Amino acid sequence: MNITLNNKPESFEATALTISAILKHKKYSFRMLVIKVNGKLIKKSQYNVTEVRDGDNVQILHMISGG
Amino acid sequence: MNFNQIKEKLKNSTVGIAGCGGLGSNCAVALARVGIGKLIIADFDIIEEGNLNRQYFFHKQIGQKKVSSLLENIRLINPNVKVEDHDVKLDSKNIIDIFKTCDVIVEAFDKAEMKQMIIESISENLPQTPLVVGLGVAGWGDNNSIHSRQIDNLFICGDEGKETTEDHPPLAPRVGIVANMQANTVLEILLKNS
Repeated sequence: MNITLNNKPESFEATALTISAILKHKKYSFRMLVIKVNGKLIKKSQYNVTEVRDGDNVQILHMISGG
Repeated sequence: MNFNQIKEKLKNSTVGIAGCGGLGSNCAVALARVGIGKLIIADFDIIEEGNLNRQYFFHKQIGQKKVSSLLENIRLINPNVKVEDHDVKLDSKNIIDIFKTCDVIVEAFDKAEMKQMIIESISENLPQTPLVVGLGVAGWGDNNSIHSRQIDNLFICGDEGKETTEDHPPLAPRVGIVANMQANTVLEILLKNS
């Protein structure tokens, strides 16, 4: 499948992947994330069950302390 | 739009500031100077000496509540701004009640988990309200790593890279740049359709 991840094209061999699988594959280990798929907020409890498919627009934001 | 029309538009706007520390105090002051009609500010914390390296407070205000001192400082700069102050620790529930009347909300927290909380809470409960967040303000130099970008109704300002640590303390210049970038983004949002 081909998706857009943080505004960049990204290809995976699988036809669908959970958010958790994408995080593992991309080695995103930040504790605090905000994730949106096609503009819809995905909470942490749904990372294991939400599937990303071909054409999806995925935004993964890292929360960084400081202010 | 001429300057008078710009001032009129800003005067009729309400902006929420969630947190009155480094980002919030500096952003609120910038918005007060340009004459935003109403600011809704919220924080539970007290001013400590260590805050003065970046936060818009004065030495004599150490020990005072941040929210009441910020109100006082805004009044000294521009008494025409209406200020609604909330001395409260914000959470996913009260944040909606406090900020629901705002045209734009500014995220000005310190901790990553609070930033996550407000982004999730606003995008679930007030999806039409633009939220301007600060992500990555620590350290010094490296001006060109600081940027802004938009994802739907979420506007991000900062370097999105450097976490606050002992080696990368938050300091006035970079915190001030990001706080003013947030204020500048607020103006862009408020003035874009006029």
